[in-house]
Amino acid sequence: MFIINCPYCGDRDQTEFSCHGEAHIPRPTETKKMTDEEWGDYVFFRTNPKGYHRERWLHDHGCRRWFNALRHTVTDEFVASYKVEDPRPPIPDNGGQS
Amino acid sequence: MKAYSLFSLARNAMSYHRNWQRAWRSPEPKKAYDVVIIGGGGHGLATAYYLATQCGITNVAVLEKGWLGGGNTGRNTTIVRSNYLLDASAGMYEHAMKLWEGLSQELNYNVMFSQRGLLHLAHSVHDMQEIGRRGNAIYLNGIDSEFLTPAQVKEMLPIINLDCRYPVMGGLLQRRGGTARHDAVAWGYARGADAAGVDIIQNCEVTGVRVENNKVIGVDTSRGFIGAGKVGSVAAGHSSVIAEMAGFKLPLECYPLQALVSEPIKPIIDCVVMSNGIHVYVSQSDKGELVVGSGSDAYNSYSQRGSFDLIEHTVGPLCELFPLFSRLRMLRQWAGIVDVTIDRSPILSKTPVKNLFFNCGWGTGGFKATPGSGHAFAHSIAAGEMNSIAAPFSLDRFNSGALIDEGAAAAVAH
Amino acid sequence: MTQTHRLSEGGLVDRSKPLTFSFDGITYTGYRGDTLASALLANGVRLLGRSFKYHRPRGLIAAGSEEPNALMQLETGPYTEPNTRATCIELYDGLVAKSQNRWPSLGFDVGAANSLVARFLPAGFYYKTFMWPASMWMTYEKYIRKAAGLGVSPTEDDPDVYHGTYAHCDVLVIGAGPAGLAAATAAASGGARVMVLDENNTPGGALLGTSNNAASLEFIQRSVQSLERNENVQLLTRTTATGYYDYNYITAIEKVTDHMGPGKGGTAPRQRFWKIRAKQVVVAAGSIERPLVFADNDRPGVMLANAVGTYINRYGVLPGNDVVVFTNNDSAYQVAFDASESGGVVTVVDTRSSVQSSLKALLEEKNIKLFEGHAITSVQGAKGVESVRVMKLSADGDSVQGQAWEIDCSVVASSGGWTPSCHMVSQSGGKLKYIESIAAFVPDESRLKKTSPNISAGSCNGSFVTATCIQQGTQAGVDAATRCGLHGTAASSESFTVNEVPLGTISPLWLVPTTHPVGEGRSKHFHDFQNDVTAADIQLAAREGFVSVEHLKRYTTTGMATDQGKTSNLNALAIMANIQGVSIPEVGTTTFRPPYTPLTLGAVGGQESRELFIQERHTPMHEWHVDNGAEFEDVGDWKRSWYYPKAGEDMHSAVQRETLAVRESVGMLDASTLGKIDIQGKDAIKLIEMAYTNNWQKLAIGSCRYGLMLNEHGMIFDDGVTTRLGENHYHMTTTTGGAARVMGWLEEWLQTEWPEWEVYCTSVTEQWAVMAINGPKARELLQSITDIDVSKDAFPFMTMREGKVAGVPARVYRISFTGELAYEINVPARYGKHLIEALAAAGKKFDLCPYGTEAMHVLRAEKGFIIVGQDTDGTVTPHDMDMDWIVSKTKEEYLGNRSQVRIDTQRTARPQLIGLLTEDPTVVLPEGAHIVSEVSDAPPMPTIGHVTSSYMSPNAGRSIALALLQDGINRKGDVVTLRLMNGEVHRATVSDTVFVDAEGVRVRG
Repeated sequence: MFIINCPYCGDRDQTEFSCHGEAHIPRPTETKKMTDEEWGDYVFFRTNPKGYHRERWLHDHGCRRWFNALRHTVTDEFVASYKVEDPRPPIPDNGGQS
Repeated sequence: MKAYSLFSLARNAMSYHRNWQRAWRSPEPKKAYDVVIIGGGGHGLATAYYLATQCGITNVAVLEKGWLGGGNTGRNTTIVRSNYLLDASAGMYEHAMKLWEGLSQELNYNVMFSQRGLLHLAHSVHDMQEIGRRGNAIYLNGIDSEFLTPAQVKEMLPIINLDCRYPVMGGLLQRRGGTARHDAVAWGYARGADAAGVDIIQNCEVTGVRVENNKVIGVDTSRGFIGAGKVGSVAAGHSSVIAEMAGFKLPLECYPLQALVSEPIKPIIDCVVMSNGIHVYVSQSDKGELVVGSGSDAYNSYSQRGSFDLIEHTVGPLCELFPLFSRLRMLRQWAGIVDVTIDRSPILSKTPVKNLFFNCGWGTGGFKATPGSGHAFAHSIAAGEMNSIAAPFSLDRFNSGALIDEGAAAAVAH
Repeated sequence: MTQTHRLSEGGLVDRSKPLTFSFDGITYTGYRGDTLASALLANGVRLLGRSFKYHRPRGLIAAGSEEPNALMQLETGPYTEPNTRATCIELYDGLVAKSQNRWPSLGFDVGAANSLVARFLPAGFYYKTFMWPASMWMTYEKYIRKAAGLGVSPTEDDPDVYHGTYAHCDVLVIGAGPAGLAAATAAASGGARVMVLDENNTPGGALLGTSNNAASLEFIQRSVQSLERNENVQLLTRTTATGYYDYNYITAIEKVTDHMGPGKGGTAPRQRFWKIRAKQVVVAAGSIERPLVFADNDRPGVMLANAVGTYINRYGVLPGNDVVVFTNNDSAYQVAFDASESGGVVTVVDTRSSVQSSLKALLEEKNIKLFEGHAITSVQGAKGVESVRVMKLSADGDSVQGQAWEIDCSVVASSGGWTPSCHMVSQSGGKLKYIESIAAFVPDESRLKKTSPNISAGSCNGSFVTATCIQQGTQAGVDAATRCGLHGTAASSESFTVNEVPLGTISPLWLVPTTHPVGEGRSKHFHDFQNDVTAADIQLAAREGFVSVEHLKRYTTTGMATDQGKTSNLNALAIMANIQGVSIPEVGTTTFRPPYTPLTLGAVGGQESRELFIQERHTPMHEWHVDNGAEFEDVGDWKRSWYYPKAGEDMHSAVQRETLAVRESVGMLDASTLGKIDIQGKDAIKLIEMAYTNNWQKLAIGSCRYGLMLNEHGMIFDDGVTTRLGENHYHMTTTTGGAARVMGWLEEWLQTEWPEWEVYCTSVTEQWAVMAINGPKARELLQSITDIDVSKDAFPFMTMREGKVAGVPARVYRISFTGELAYEINVPARYGKHLIEALAAAGKKFDLCPYGTEAMHVLRAEKGFIIVGQDTDGTVTPHDMDMDWIVSKTKEEYLGNRSQVRIDTQRTARPQLIGLLTEDPTVVLPEGAHIVSEVSDAPPMPTIGHVTSSYMSPNAGRSIALALLQDGINRKGDVVTLRLMNGEVHRATVSDTVFVDAEGVRVRG
């Protein structure tokens, strides 16, 4: 049961949020020019890392804003949460140990 | 391998059980194998077993980073069924079901496969339409399937609250469905594979996949490099990690999936009950514990820990459908890591790397497929091509669009 | 029978409050302050249960929640509760308890026959047998299941209520023993908001079980008073911390009224489930004594040393007059002294060859005989200890030698050392380290989980002297407060004398030898009492290769019982380590899984069942539907009117009547549940263009258009009508079930992909009450209650008009889901009931017929209108629905577009929506029936499609169906075959999907 920092509201209980997978996968612009492989990669394939993960969260039962977070998928430690338009915070260089 | 039987048990009792053999050896890894299987869960061990016993490939190693069956094999709610909607799924799961039906004898290891019946409940018109379609599809695929009226449901489950928030309108029963003893499946396959010559190597973590000229040549492990003619990755929750080592991505995300058991009580529920309308998934183990499937958290995690609100949202519905469970007590809760594809169907596939094969993506429902998955994967590895049962589950479906969308089609968690 | 084992004085029970209770039908008395366990012991009842596998007679071994044996079926009828631990049940008047897992009686248990064949039932025997013949397993299993299990489930609904509650604090202290009280006091002194939880009914922890010591009780009282006076402190007794989750989220169960007896709690809940978020946690959970593993150490009367001490000191009960203390450390000497002090005849058997002289002197003073370097090699007395045999241990402790001394006794108080209760820390994700000097694991403060900060203090941290515990507790309290940014202060140091003997030098003897090799001969060395797991089972597991901790647990079932191995885990690990010749940490530690003690399901989920289980959603007109006899259908969480049966009508006839009425006169349907989204902003059109497959640029203000939404896989996931209300203002409708999903979908794209677009989406589903009036008389009806000009030309199909309806402001959309002349009247939700009443009144002269969702389904199917989720299933494209007309050929982009042209979506044989007309027009195909390519006598039969919607259509005058059929669009006119599960075969012609008014005249009428 995480405490998640909503960039708009502050620390809130996890039950107020939902997670929506890997962040920073922009929708391709000229989709008609794409191959089936390129399109499939965009729609289905994910890095699913064991380690730091940039992911999308929605503050469902709160401000209903989407934001991104950098979280470690083994320790579940949130390193940062940031607005969609914010620059990506760096990945800590401790190799994922916390 | 010395056979287990009532007589061997009696004979060994006379010598105070001092003469039992190891269930499987603990060999040092050889320099190279014809086939290396990554992952010593049920699916990996079954793959090795069938490679050695049916495909004539005995120079096989199973590499397990921890202990056999320590992943989802030992963490699931042990449900076995083959009542799937789509032909590809029915092909796979019914193939597994047929193998389950003789598995204890085949392995000479009692996996306690209990065909006590599996009952899906319908709580709305939409549910009724869903089971109506699925029941027919299953039946016409040659798999057993029966519709039950609410009165028949009550007869099977006298303690059910038919008149719950979403009243029970009917049920779909697969009598051949049921449960099995999860650990025994891993151990039975391990013992059988070992006897057929497979090296089972525990505490051996794969740290790299070596590829030369786009062809796999072996794996680096915590116990050194192990060469391989072919590599089969059956690493469940860690499949994406193995894929990354080999240089590609998979259409997978890993989530925690939780479950819980109650204290043991005398028999109170004799079949497996699944209700998507109320969100209940319960059976009773032979030991007497209620085994309750919970949900999966929707965030990627490798932590084998879930969030507690899911447990609350599991127990509430359980008490709604079975109000007298309210005074029973929860004994244990835990989580596993499930590797989930977008269509909730598994991946059995060749990969961009030659001779490297993947079997993963079983999500929340892999246990029931264990024999079928291992069998199909073994034959496919041996042939170098996915066989007819495995072929629909290839990776290229995510490019072609030929998803096997059991989840969307049936709106059923599985 | 009087309380034969009650001491004449002493203990914390209230002797002025005698209580009557029964066990297995016999009535006894005890005192307020007793547990069921202490009261039974006071009455000399030693045999309390039967073990799981061998049905061996069992008695108490503990005085706390670690008790594995004394499991009771408490109370009867709806209040019955299986597997309760006698040590945790506070005695109340009239308590009724029964023993479990025995038949016909506890004294004579047929199941004990298992004991006779125990030799054939080693660990995991069931994996090796019960396989022949294969068909017999289900029979074997039936009997195995009957034999297994412990108590019995209630068979009636739980009459009790439960509460759940949330709490936040700075410092949560788990345990109100000396360390916990000190920690709480120190943290609170710094102004921290503190919560203290203790599973006992009284704070004090282990101090309560020490020889009556005024100073200890004074310390407890002083601490409790100061805490209770502090408004920042909440001290909860009878409250067990059960789970420790990420980010310091702790769950706890408070037994609010259990101790009063069933049905006696008044309006208070039976139990309260706490969900606590703490900035810092101090774990002061104490420790659990380990039994020594010796031959037949499960006989009733063999107890943990501290339990014997606790029964004497806290409850004034001497469990037996002749006590043998069997120990490998100093702490149990205090129990010897206490027993002796209470009049017991005491013998000490110490496995260590050299006991410190000060202790020896004390023994001599009290006339207690000591066997140094000796061990108990057998215990006599099947249903209660009668005597033990004691022999000298070899130097390596692996064998016994010399003369066997027989000591008559009724109690063996054994101590193998203490295991700190690391459960909470381990659950939090913290790691443990092994400390040789105490032969146990403690939390490794350098390897705690960063996100769940906690500090362990007291005996759970490996300190077994009260003064040190208090010191550690104080420091932990100060540190925890400091970490919260407060300044905890150490109060004046507490110092008082406790009657205790420190642990001393523990000499681990994990497996006590006997005269024959372990596993041979009749006696058994138990380490897990409840699951009947013996040292021989561990040896077998090792022999067969089940050596990792988890394999050991799973193969032998050690630690898997309802006590979760509180007294057994470390012994099992150590025995395995010895067999393997490795250190204990090399074998590993088991995972401590929540909950700490079993947790009542009703308390966890109690608030979410019955009337509070998923609230029903009602439309503003709900009351009217109820008053007018509607039957309701669950659609998501909504209750929708399904049909309105008149007297004597069944569902079929009601639906047929309603369906006809709509096409013959006019009907009204409550459509309020449809999702509604208000979309505004200068880029609104961009969003709508992306979300729907068709073109929207040219939609005029005041006009409506139907749209389909796809996900990025290209599959239909919702549909609805969207209306342009103004230049940059749209009103979107969605399916009832899809409302939240569509809203989320739009917001997701807006916020994450196109944040620069100026669009505002607002869910207005519940702001509007909607009545749809459909039928040839709809216009006349509407005109009679509105100021809007509803004439054909002034208000054409697929437009919207604003005005007053029934005197209230309304938006009226001329859209139709029936193919009839139709209007959807939207009024602010508060006018919903007014609107339906006004329509009903005005409708009388137009034969207005209220209809429900079922008639709606028939009507729309007659027109071939799809229901997303019924005719689609998340795997169909617009083309599959024969709806190419709605897919823009000109738009560059819309969501899901690229997926339309993948290999698989372009394949010809995909299932496609068609109509089906059965050869026999009276046959209504079951929904879900499959079309087969050939019929054979028995399955399998290849299928090529299935029926998605099927009704008797009164307007078509026959049955109609919609189906998905492979390559269906090209097969119109073909005859196909459906094979039902009951063997029936039906033939049907593939048709168009529109069955009524194919030209669409009526809707434009």
